[in-house]
Amino acid sequence: MIEIRMHGRGGQGAAIACKILALAVFKEGKYAQSFPAFGVERRGAPVVAYTRIDTKPIQLRCEIYEPDHIIVLDPTLMLSTNVIGGLKKGGTILINSNLAESFFKIPEEFRSKCFDANTIAVKYHLGTKTIPIVNTAILGAFVKYTGVLSIDKLSEAIEETVPSRTKENVEAVRESYDLLTQQTK
Amino acid sequence: MNKQRTQLAKKDLGADKMVVIEGTHSASYGAMLARAEVIAAYPITPQTGVVEKLSEMCASGELRAKFIKVESEHSAMACCIGASAAGARSFTATSAQGLALMHELLHWAANGRHPVVMANINRAMAPPWTIWADQTDSLSQRDTGWIQFYCESNQEILDTVIQSFKIGEKVLLPCMINMDAFFLSHTSEPVALPQQEALDEWLPPFNPALKLDINEPHTFGGLTRPDAYMELRYKIQEAMDRAYDLIKKVDKEYFELFGRSYGGLVEAYNCEDAEIALVTSGTAVGTARIVVDDFRKRGIPVGLIKVRVIRPFPYKEIRDLLSPMTKVAIVDRNISFGCGGIFSQEIRASLFNYTSKPIIFNFVAGLGGRDITPTVLGDIINYVLTRNTPESDIIWFGLKK
Repeated sequence: MIEIRMHGRGGQGAAIACKILALAVFKEGKYAQSFPAFGVERRGAPVVAYTRIDTKPIQLRCEIYEPDHIIVLDPTLMLSTNVIGGLKKGGTILINSNLAESFFKIPEEFRSKCFDANTIAVKYHLGTKTIPIVNTAILGAFVKYTGVLSIDKLSEAIEETVPSRTKENVEAVRESYDLLTQQTK
Repeated sequence: MNKQRTQLAKKDLGADKMVVIEGTHSASYGAMLARAEVIAAYPITPQTGVVEKLSEMCASGELRAKFIKVESEHSAMACCIGASAAGARSFTATSAQGLALMHELLHWAANGRHPVVMANINRAMAPPWTIWADQTDSLSQRDTGWIQFYCESNQEILDTVIQSFKIGEKVLLPCMINMDAFFLSHTSEPVALPQQEALDEWLPPFNPALKLDINEPHTFGGLTRPDAYMELRYKIQEAMDRAYDLIKKVDKEYFELFGRSYGGLVEAYNCEDAEIALVTSGTAVGTARIVVDDFRKRGIPVGLIKVRVIRPFPYKEIRDLLSPMTKVAIVDRNISFGCGGIFSQEIRASLFNYTSKPIIFNFVAGLGGRDITPTVLGDIINYVLTRNTPESDIIWFGLKK
């Protein structure tokens, strides 16, 4: 089983992103489960959402304490909350930031990567310049970085679930995917 | 004929539409596929998704039902009772305080023999204000005469909503389908939607023998003197007894048609040669399956019993399954203050007259949404393994000191 935890702020779309991830995974013929951390949603407040992926039906029904992958939508959360808490040894952390990985002083036992999803989201007019909605853009980078699912199924899932700016969201995901490839080269 | 139908359905199984949806929407899809005709509901967290989805379905014409907006849960249930009395298939959904506000009318629905179906999202009772899971809301409505189911997955929610119309309308009793707040209500997972055509054949429209009709007026629920009231109550108990067998029959039929069974009232998992059983309900069951598998792998004879229905209470199955066990751990995500976990009370009572019976350990855990993790359930089993008797009548598990 693969367990993913996403950290964001209310309004950034972490819960939706985890849901899209679950649908995409299911489209690949695997089982998936996604849920938000059970809190009271407030715009701007720290939010956590989860996705579980497995090749067999998922029976576990509790929150995720030891994820394999962590996605961070807002880098300021790295300073104010224990984002890395419980991450498995060798686990990955993908941060939406234009800074270098070294800035966040992530312990060496984890794989880490910074990716500027804000720029992509702004380019495709997702959200506003000051508050871009980065949840889809970061998924493109995540898929490339971890290889947990294919970009095609992710695009399909976005086409099915995102009601507005669907085309732009799909393009943002594809561009993030391609951009991370170039970065890793 | 039955055989033919089964073959037809099995052939069509591959054609089931699969969706990835949250638990609240599973309930909405269940009501839609069952062709509910009247929906009246008042939104309350974490039930809101049920109502939102149903109102969308009614607005788009996907579901041809009358959606009645109401000012409270009490009114929602009153609308459903009225609609049901007029012969319409009625559905509603609520949670915690909303369910409590319905209390008077819950009796009215059952005593009036109106087979309303309701999804209840198990949320702990306030104060202090809370929105998280526990079962005390629905279990405190235990004696209102409603058939009560507790679900483990989104698929089970959808299937149980559909089955409830079949069961309720046959015995003329209302049904409540319970799901844990957030652990199911806000969790998205794959769900198969049964084929409408096969479902329509199995679940024909609701057509009660007596209904409100302006051309042939009747009084419903009028003043009844002591010479007749008791017989009407006897008939409700009789209906519950019929529901007992019907729930099992419907589960079997549903399996033949759609390939899914939930064991009727109770499911025994890994109970062969088990000396110790873990008994629980709702989402804790899914997590418990993993924990019990793990103990079995280590050669420890632990089984799991899922209680799916609390009314009618599955006393026969519970006796047969539990009387050969030495020790039983019952995990209650609920509490009757001054007594203990509510499933534990019922299970203890059903075993009392038997000479061969296990030692019962009553664990109260997971109140107000506190997580029941594999570690919690593993610790509970270890507690039972290392003791001959419980240290207290109620063992509060995971309580902070």
